Amino acid sequence: MVSVKVLGSGCAKCKTLNLKVQELVAKNNLSATVTKVEDIAEIMKYGILSTPGLVINEKVKSIGNIPKDEQILAWINEG
Amino acid sequence: MKQKIGIITGLLIVWLALYSNLEVITDFLVYSVLQLERTSPLTSVIHFFIYEVPKVLLLLTLIVFFVGIIRSYFSPERTRTILGGKKLFAGNVLASLLGVVTPFCSCSAIPLFLGFVESGIPLGVTFSFLIAAPMINEVALVLLFGLFGWKTALLYMFTGLLIAIVSGYIIGRLKLERYVEDWVYQIKAGHNDLAEEQRTLSDRIDAGIESVKEIVAKVWVYIVVGIAIGAVVHGYVPEDFMASIMGKSAWWSVPVSVLIGIPMYSNAAGIIPIVQVLLEKGASLGTVLAFMMSVIGLSLPETIILKKVLKLPLIITFVSIVGTGIITVGYIFNFVF
Repeated sequence: MVSVKVLGSGCAKCKTLNLKVQELVAKNNLSATVTKVEDIAEIMKYGILSTPGLVINEKVKSIGNIPKDEQILAWINEG
Repeated sequence: MKQKIGIITGLLIVWLALYSNLEVITDFLVYSVLQLERTSPLTSVIHFFIYEVPKVLLLLTLIVFFVGIIRSYFSPERTRTILGGKKLFAGNVLASLLGVVTPFCSCSAIPLFLGFVESGIPLGVTFSFLIAAPMINEVALVLLFGLFGWKTALLYMFTGLLIAIVSGYIIGRLKLERYVEDWVYQIKAGHNDLAEEQRTLSDRIDAGIESVKEIVAKVWVYIVVGIAIGAVVHGYVPEDFMASIMGKSAWWSVPVSVLIGIPMYSNAAGIIPIVQVLLEKGASLGTVLAFMMSVIGLSLPETIILKKVLKLPLIITFVSIVGTGIITVGYIFNFVF
């Protein structure tokens, strides 16, 4: 089971990324849990300065942008 | 990669051809295709609109593309590393300059603030960054350049930088650290090595294209609506209409414009076409620039976001210092021009 976390509280991009990851996981029947982390102290533990952050198996994969679908899928499959 | 450069060169040539012939194309459309009468105010409205919308959109696309590439060299994480260990003043100057080029969204203001403070960057230096980043951005500069020329754009940039540097310096000098919410200093930030990852030139060009898509998609409506309002006023409102309210002789107009600007929230794209019309109808440059800086640089929603990490006295100090800076700039402009 791959753990996927979307870091970000208020921003519009954060919501978009969260939905996108949920959809990708559902559509491709991936065994992954997607969580949205909104607590700021928790977010800061990953050392990011802009949101959204994408964390896969506790490794930060992207910061401040929405990666392409294929890229997200590749990361989840690697993880 | 070669193919990418080829496509971009081709697009640049098309861009140049369009941009340098806009006047001719507009004249042709308005007078030959639509056959409008040259002297009527309605023609002047239509001409203004047909000319300005593509002009501003063309400029915006080009600049946002290059700024997108430049910004790919300045992640907030890298900016933090550069600012680490810098003293007051030198740190304020650097932070303000980096504020212009570092990608920033006010929705990320909190993690950025926490990350800066946690890594030991002085409060005043952090503020210089937070003041410059929203106020001086590529959209504002492009629009000012396109609508008023390079002098106004440069003046805006330099005075904006000055406000960010001086305000941050004063905040640093006042030693207001105790007015930062206590939990801020308990935050333990982690580290990730993603930020130092190398990106190829091709990645950076992609970043440029991405930012064009993102920013143009977000602001084009504001620009079209703003220019439409501007066009109507341009054609129908008499010259000097604004002179008595926002002209030089009305000394109180600068502080009043700043006060009105604070609760207003708009991005540069929405406010500048309005600014253009105010100017054309007799408002003075200083008053109008002060208004614009206050709308995009001192917005209420952003201060509300900052309320999470700052106690009230610090928020009030921050707004008053920046507000005073903007008013001073407004008066200086009115005096010089």
